Parts: sequence; structure tokens; C-alpha cells
Amino acid sequence: MALQLKAEHASETEDLESTAKIVKFVVVKKRKGEDHAPREDLLSFEAVMLPHLDAAHNLARWLLRNEQDAQDVVQEAYLRAFKAFAGFHGSNGRAWLLTIVRNTSYTLLKKNRVVDLTTTFDEEIHTAGHESVSPATILEHSENAELIREAMDELPAEFREILALRHQEGLSYKEIADIAQIPPGTVMSRLARARAKLKEYLAARIGKE
Amino acid sequence: MNCEEAIKLMDGYLDGELDPITSQTIEQHLRDCRNCEQAYDTHRALVRAIGSAVPYYKAPAELRERIQSSLREEIVERPTRNVVRDVRQVFRRNQPELRTSLWGTPWNWLGLAGLGLAAAIIFAAIITLNLVPRLQRPGADQFLATQLIASHVRSLMANHLTDVASSDQHTVKPWLDAKLDFAPPVVDLSSEGFPLVGGRLDYLDNRPVAALIYQRRKHFINLFVWPATSDSAKTTKAITHQGYQLLHWADPDFNYWAVSDVNANDLQTFKHLFEEQVAPH
Repeated sequence: MALQLKAEHASETEDLESTAKIVKFVVVKKRKGEDHAPREDLLSFEAVMLPHLDAAHNLARWLLRNEQDAQDVVQEAYLRAFKAFAGFHGSNGRAWLLTIVRNTSYTLLKKNRVVDLTTTFDEEIHTAGHESVSPATILEHSENAELIREAMDELPAEFREILALRHQEGLSYKEIADIAQIPPGTVMSRLARARAKLKEYLAARIGKE
Repeated sequence: MNCEEAIKLMDGYLDGELDPITSQTIEQHLRDCRNCEQAYDTHRALVRAIGSAVPYYKAPAELRERIQSSLREEIVERPTRNVVRDVRQVFRRNQPELRTSLWGTPWNWLGLAGLGLAAAIIFAAIITLNLVPRLQRPGADQFLATQLIASHVRSLMANHLTDVASSDQHTVKPWLDAKLDFAPPVVDLSSEGFPLVGGRLDYLDNRPVAALIYQRRKHFINLFVWPATSDSAKTTKAITHQGYQLLHWADPDFNYWAVSDVNANDLQTFKHLFEEQVAPH
């Protein structure tokens, strides 16, 4: 019935919607029609985005806590970024790329049912028995990279990412807000909580030693 | 400012992210309050020390190569690949059993349900869209007019006025000829005050069309051209719609639609000049 209808009125079909879709499609096709364009696109994409490969890898590595996953995610993020590159008009290529890396990382974290996406966490285990550790003692241990890595890996993902973005990439609150998709006003309080938690975990580890 | 407020804003102050006035207030408070000053100094020292000791994971060299080669594959295979498949392939590589089962069960059923729903929507849309135009048949011209104006506006808005920018008809014409299955007439009317700006491909009335762009003082005229069919209207028709002037005419070979925000007289003049130039001498 539907097919019949369609055939019957096919010649008169001039609906705005489908034509609008076709217009979009043709625009895309036109870009492809220029023979060497994809290659030029690729070269300019690489020139803008490959310099941020370390930043992308570092963020993914902190979020996923696993080298193989991090590499897969970064590769996937670069592919996604390349496909979306035509829509990138800003000047901040790093923040744009990191947003995609972050989203891709979370997709994988969610698929793997990793439950640490929020801060609800077994606080008792981590907060017990370190009250005696003084800031001075923590400071003494603060150059122990291995200790800090372990403590940071225990943090929830949203804390790991905000610490990496601020301390390792030196990004502004505004950039962090864009990448982590939170209101700018939230950045400061989340960063404060992340630092406090990191101190706590560090103290707990030092206390155990 | 009291101590509680100062502590709350401490991280922002430390990071230099507070506005100057709040910053000054905190500074003042730290000068006045010994406790807060100490807390701040300790916090700063720790945050700095920790921050600089957090290991930075640089990308291994092989990752760069992997990305570059996958991007090159991408431009070769571009038309058929899609993101969803890529994600699955990449993500499946690790722990295949666990992840396959995660991908496998609930999502597939959701996907099937989604497909069913999508099919129903498309089915409904086909029926509606096929019936509606028939009911609105008298508005076919009106509909084309809307399309023409949309095309005209889009060409000015999206910074995509021309695919080939040239005032030389002998540049614009071959370019269009090569992209289309017809050879639209291109004439230069600059001596008459309508300089040719360039040409563009467009899509109208369910077919690729040529768009010639002419300028009239500060205004642009999009002249859409496509081959005439046996049932094409041969009459001249002027429409004013949404503040735009549309003028349609036809010769034995082509349909013309001129769209612009110039006044109706200018557009008429343009049409006459164009017809004169195109007509065989």
C-alpha cells in the first residue's frame, strides 16, 4: 500500500524536508569531488592536532589507567576528530581535541561498567588512620612520583581528569569547564575537592608505610 | 571576608583564577589572619609539589604511526566507514570475551527495538509526505520559491557564494560545464552594471542546477539555471516573497530563476540584458 502510494505520487513529491536533506548531501559530495581535498584536509588536520598527541595520551591514560585502552581511545578520538574537523573553527585545538578524547574515554569507561565516575566512594577505607600524618610529612613524600601515581589512580575519574588538565596541561578554569562539560563555577570547587582527596589518599598511604 | 570564605576561595586564588577584587580581599585576609596564611602556604606548597610530581604519560612513538596510518586508511575508505563500527573494532581488541558479551546482549535488543521504531516513523513519513504535497498542489510554485530563497540566503550566509569566483565568463562556463550534465549560458553584464561574480553548483527542484552570481551595486543576484523540460512553464513570472524578488523566465533550452533583494525593476532589467546576450545574434 505504501509502495503503491509512493509510486503513484512520486512525480509530484516536492517535500521540503527530503529536499533539504539532499541539499546537505550534495554539499558534502561536492567537497569530495575535489580530487586532492581529502589529502589536504588530512595534512592540515595533522598539522593542527598531532602536536597535542602527548596531551591526548596523557589524559586518556589517567582516565583509563591502562596503556592499551589509552592508545585505543586516542586513536579512536583522532579518527572522530578528523571526521568532525570541518566543524572546528576555533583557535584552541588542544582543548577541542581533549574534549573528544575525554568523551571517547568515558564511553569506554561506561561500557566497561567502571563505577568510579562519580565521587561516591568507599571513603571509610581511605580516610581512616591518617590524621596523624602532618602536612610536612606529606610534603616530604611529595616527590615520590610512584606514591603520587598510586594515590591519584585511586581518585574518581572526574578528579583524575581535572588534576591532569590543571597541573599537567596548565589549562585555565574556562578551558577545563569546556572540556569537562561543567559550569565554570564548578571547576574551582571540584579542583579543591580533588586536591583535598589526593592529599588524603597520600596521607593514608604514608600512614600505612 | 571571614576564614570560611577565604578557605573556600583558596584554590581559585592559588590558581590565579579569581577576579582582581576578590583576589585583593583574600590577600588582605591572609595578611590579617595568621591561621589562614599558614594553611594557604602549606596548601600551596603541597599542590605545587604534587602537581609537578604527577607522572606525565607521553605518547609512545608507535601510537603516532598507528594514528597516522589509520587516518590515511580513513581517507581512502571514507565513504563506507562509520564511527560506530570503528569504536567497536577498536574497543573490542582488549578482553574480547567480556566486552563482546557487553556489546552483545542488551544493546542489540535496544538496537532492534530502535530499528523497528525508526522503520515505523519512516513509513509514516513516507505516507504523510506523499499525501501532503498533493493536497497542497497549487503551492508548487510557492514551494519552489521557498527553496530558491533558502538557497539564495544560504549562499550569502555560509560564506559559500561561489565555487568558482571569477568575473570571466570563459572561466565560469567551462567550470560549470564540467560539473553538470548540461552547459548553462554564462554572460558577463558588467558593462551594464551587473558584473559577474562567479558560479556555484546547487540543488533545486530535485536536480543539480547551475547558480550564476551577479552583483548589482552592493546586492547579489543568484541566477539559477537548469534545462527546460517539456512541461516547464514558458511564461515569465514575478514573485515577491519574504522581501525577496523572484523572477522566472524560460527559453527553449533552459529554465531561469533569478533571486535577489534588489528591486523588481532592477531584476527585470537584468532579465532583459541577460536574454539579449544569450539570444543568438
